This record gives sequence, structure tokens and C-alpha cells, in this order.
Amino acid sequence: MRNLSKIAIRNLLRYKRRTLLTASLVTIGVIFVLLFISISGSFKNMMVGQMTDSMLGHLEVHRKGYLASIDNLPLNLNLKLQAYQKLEGILKKEPEVEAFSPRIKFGGMFSTFVETTNVRLNGVYTDAEFKTVPLLTSRIIKGAKTLNKGEILIPDLLAAGMKVNVGDTVVVIATNKDGSINGKQFKVAGVLESITGPGGRDGYIHFEDAMAVLRMEEMEVSEVAIRLKDFGQLHAFSDKLERLLSGEVNKQGKPIYEVSTWEKLSPFYNVARMIDAMAFFIKLMLIAVVLVSIMNVMIMAVYERIREIGTIAAIGTRPGKILSMFVLEGLFLGTMGALAGDLIGGVIILILNRVGITFDFGRQTGLVLSATIAPFDVLMISIIVIFISVVASLQPAFKASRMEPIKALRHV
Amino acid sequence: MGLVVAENITKVYSVVATKVSKDYQSGEIAIRALNEVSFEIEPASFVSFVGPSGSGKTTLLNLIGCLDKPTKGKLKVAGTDVLHLDRKQSASFRGNNIGFIFQDFNLIPVLTVYENIEYPLLMVQNIPGGERKKRILTMLDAVGMIDQKDKYPDQISGGQKQRVAIARALVTNPKLVLADEPTANLDHKTAFLVLESMKKMRNEFQTTFIFSTHDQKIVGEAEIIYNLEDGELVGKQVKGGKTNA
Ligand SMILES: Nc1ncnc2c1ncn2[C@@H]1O[C@H](COP(=O)(O)OP(=O)(O)O)[C@@H](O)[C@H]1O
Ligand SMILES: [Mg+2]
Repeated sequence: MRNLSKIAIRNLLRYKRRTLLTASLVTIGVIFVLLFISISGSFKNMMVGQMTDSMLGHLEVHRKGYLASIDNLPLNLNLKLQAYQKLEGILKKEPEVEAFSPRIKFGGMFSTFVETTNVRLNGVYTDAEFKTVPLLTSRIIKGAKTLNKGEILIPDLLAAGMKVNVGDTVVVIATNKDGSINGKQFKVAGVLESITGPGGRDGYIHFEDAMAVLRMEEMEVSEVAIRLKDFGQLHAFSDKLERLLSGEVNKQGKPIYEVSTWEKLSPFYNVARMIDAMAFFIKLMLIAVVLVSIMNVMIMAVYERIREIGTIAAIGTRPGKILSMFVLEGLFLGTMGALAGDLIGGVIILILNRVGITFDFGRQTGLVLSATIAPFDVLMISIIVIFISVVASLQPAFKASRMEPIKALRHV
Repeated sequence: MGLVVAENITKVYSVVATKVSKDYQSGEIAIRALNEVSFEIEPASFVSFVGPSGSGKTTLLNLIGCLDKPTKGKLKVAGTDVLHLDRKQSASFRGNNIGFIFQDFNLIPVLTVYENIEYPLLMVQNIPGGERKKRILTMLDAVGMIDQKDKYPDQISGGQKQRVAIARALVTNPKLVLADEPTANLDHKTAFLVLESMKKMRNEFQTTFIFSTHDQKIVGEAEIIYNLEDGELVGKQVKGGKTNA
């Protein structure tokens, strides 16, 4: 094997320029794929992170049917106290759960005594909410990063439009599910940066204030947002939770709860899937580039060396050895290209992170992208490239190994 | 009398050809390149097949070298009936019994002189390191190429290349060495030196040498000469002996 490798490498060095060109093609392909996967993957992860860590949570539980009419924030489709307590009991026991936060969602009027407009509000327990969506505090661009009873966090668009500032007193008026109207005064504790996506322009008040505005005697919950310790467990846990809750049915025998992952709750999921699909097609293109360029070189290599092949075959070299000699050549060529691509791609990713790429997403500007790539991805891509190099060399190598020595020796 | 018969039976010839014919199919028609050729070659002889271009020398050497199969006739090489060997068996038969010297030297350009001689030991016969080195050095010494051993083929002259090729052919201790027009690409002086080299190796290692040539001037170097014409054997001369027509 060592001797076959020696011959293969020397043959590659014999046509330095051609070897270099082909290896460069592979290298450039690998660099592009690494960069694309790294940047698009990081963009995707960042957006998913924004979505889940500042608004949605990793997954949410609603009363069955709530999600279908979530745009109306229907108060009559809340989870009742008993149903919530049951869910709470389960969530507290499950080791995968990092935190969870019950919310009351409702729409109402927002008045500064001068002007009035519509607002969508979440009633939350501050600690639970901040633990479940930790990036929420970073969205508070003005005011304290807390929310006490009697206080409200309002979206920046509302603050600007209504000329409201931190410390001002405002009134929230809402209709409860029975149709009675109630109002309550709040002090503006902070202004929230709006973000793209559902719930990105909602205000926040304390859970108990929400209960008071809506004149709830007993706790009701519109949704429970859940954060997991490990985001990778999302689907496994979602399935598990669905199983745990599937036993709970109402009098009609219909399930009470509905479990939804962020993917179902955010339209960004389709963008994320597009990004994955594009990464897949780019990988396919890399495979095509490697296949064609290596095969091309190996066909030429065999053609140029027909007499040499005739000689070694005449001397008694077994067909298998001749095959290996050429396959190794393709393998080394592909490996060279892949390693160089990994190295250069890695360096470029490092540099990009040093420089810092910023981009805008919806109303958010100047997001800094941290391009990362998993070692597993690098390894996978390298293995694919090397494997394809071998596949591409097989046909020419096989042809070389099957050559009749006399015909090959006579070749000019 | 009985003794003579016994000797004839047990005698192992390097090559025994009995009415060997070879046809090449060229489109519709078959070209007869060799026509019922019969001969025996004894071990350690220094034999040449001589004839003009197209007389069938290469065809015959390819058959003896197990690179091709006769269309008709019987052919035994080094005691083996080579008619029924398959691809793989042919390859290992060649690797173990036959050394090849080519008109164009055919050294492997990416290997040094030393590595070219090492090639068949390493890639065909799997000879272990110490033994390998000893044999290569013996060969390098015998062909006078020891100072050039680290050079690549494109750094040495034609005559030197052919001497390396002779060493490569002999390093595996073959039963016979086949050389198809080994001097056709060399000037006369070098051609004689290469033939001297071959003869010296024959004397030293007792290997049978069979070479072909169309060059009347170097034919005299052979000890037994077969004349080929249009695929037929038309004469045999034994040096210092009589001429058969
Ligand atoms: N592969 C082949 N196909 C068809 N005809 C061939 C082939 N090889 C040799 N011949 C013919 O066989 C005859 C003998 O050729 P060859 O053995 O090469 O002669 P030499 O080596 O003495 O010049 C020639 O007429 C040649 O044209
Ligand atoms: Mg010839």
C-alpha cells in the first residue's frame, strides 16, 4: 500500500499544474460550501434563537382550538385553572424543561388620556417569563429591565406613535369574555424593541394585572411557553409531552391540550427550511464539481499512461494493484483539495467573525452574525468529497486495470 | 540407448513450440502472422529471432511471453503449458518466470533507477526488505549502474536505460528473459554494449535470453539464430556449428 501510494503521489506531482488546478477546483468548491453552510446556518440559528428566546419559547401549549383563532386572542378558549394545574404538574416533573411561563393574551385599548389606540397584551409572571424567553430583557431599550405589578412594557412603535415615555401613566381598557368593559392605570416601566414575527409588537403587563383587567376570579391561561434545557431535544420532548397530555380529554372525548413547537408558530420556519434546501443543493453542486473534475483528470491520466500501464501489466502487476494505483491517485487528489478547502474555509470563517458581518432582519438592524460551523459538518463534507473522488476514479482505474498488455504496449 | 531416451524425456526446455500459428483478425479477413512454427530452446541459451519488419518476431515473443495466446499449436514455457492460463494466472506466471526488456526501455518515469529495479520485487513478488536490497545491489553492480541508482530515467542515456531494464528483468530470477528489438533505439556502439551486458548476465545467472532483431549487424552476437520470414521459420544457425535450412 505504501508503495502504491508513493507511485500515486509521484504521478500527481508529475503533472503539477494540472494537479494543482484540479485540487483548486475541489478546494474552491469546499470553501464555498463551508462558507454557505456556516453563514446561512448561523443566520438561521440566530433567527430561530431570536424567535424562540425573545417571544415564543421553544414550544407552547394551548387549549385545543386556540391556535386556529389565535389572531383574535379568544378569551373563551383559555385553559381553565384545573387544566393549567395539571399541565404545570407535568412540566415541573419533566427534567428536560428549563422553564415555563403561563400567559394571558388579550387585545384592548391603550389610552394616554389624550389619544387612544389598540394594543395586544401579554399578562405574565415576570420571573417565569424572563426565564422562558431570556432575550426579552434585551429587547427593553428604555427603562428598567423589570416588570412589577402596576407596570407595563410597551412596544417602541406604540411609544413613538403615542409619544409615551418611561414613567408616564397610561390606561388599558379591555372587554372580558362576558362582554363587560374594565380599565386599569399602568405606569410605563419600559419600551420594547419591536421584532419581526408573531407577538413581536405586543406589550407586557403582570399576570395578576391582566386577571384584574379581565375581571377573572380564577386563573386562566391562554398559552404556556416552555423553554428546554437542550434545544436539540425539541421534537423528542414535544412528542413526549403530547403523549403525556393525550390522556386528558373533555366530556366529548376530544383532547384538551394542543402542543406546538416554534416551527408551527412562526412563519420563519419556512425560511429556515428554504435555507436547508439551498444548503442541500449547494452540496449536490459540490459533488458534481468534484465528480466531473476528478473523473476528467483521471481519464486523462490513464490515457497518457497507457504504455506505462502496458509495461507494468506485462511485468506481472495484478489488475487489482493497477486499479488501486489509480484510485489512490484520485483519492489523494480529492483529499488534498478537501483539506485545503477546510483550512482556507476555516480561516475565512475566522476572519469573517473578526470583522463581524452585520445585517438587518425586519425592523432589527445591525444584527452581528457569528458564523460558526460544526466540526461534524466539516468532517461530513470532507468525507463526501473524498468518497466522490474515489467514485470518480473507479471507472478510469478499472479501465486501466483491464487493459490488454500487448495493446497497451503498442499504443503510441 | 535406453539412457539417451531417458535423457530426452526428462530434459526441461525453456521453450517448446509445436506447430504454433497465430492469426490476427483484421475486419473480415484473418492475417496469419505465424504459420506452424516449431522449435525448442534449451536453458541458458542466448537465442535470437531475426527477420525483416512484419515477419512475426513480436508476435512470437508475445506468445512466448504469455502476453497473447496462439491460435493453433502447442506451447510450453518453462515447463508450463501456457495455453490455458487465464488473465490472473498469466500475470503471475509472467511475474514469476519471465523478464521483459522492451525496445523503448519502458522504465517507470516516476521511479528512480533503484526503484525501477525494485518494482517487480515489491509489486509483483513481495520479496522482503533485506533480501530485496541485496538483490537490487547485485543487479545494479552487474549492469554497472550503481552510481546512477538515485537518478530518474530522464536523467540517464538510452544505453543506461536499457541496462537498468536488463537489471529489472533479471532481478526476479526469471527462467527466461524476452527482449523484443532491445537495441533498435540505440546506436551501434551502445547496442553492442547492451548485448554484452545481456550475455554477461546470462553467464552469471544462467538465464535463457531470447531477443529479436532485424539488424543484421548485431545478429552475430546471438549463439543460436532463428530466421523468420512471413511468419515462417526458414532457418536456424548455431554459432560455431552448422546451418540448417
Ligand atoms: N494486432 C494486430 N492486428 C492485426 N495484424 C497484426 C497485429 N499485430 C501484428 N500484425 C501483423 O502480423 C504480422 C507480424 O507482425 P509482427 O509480429 O509485429 O512483426 P515484426 O515484429 O517482425 O515486425 C504483420 O503482418 C503485422 O501487420
Ligand atoms: Mg516487432
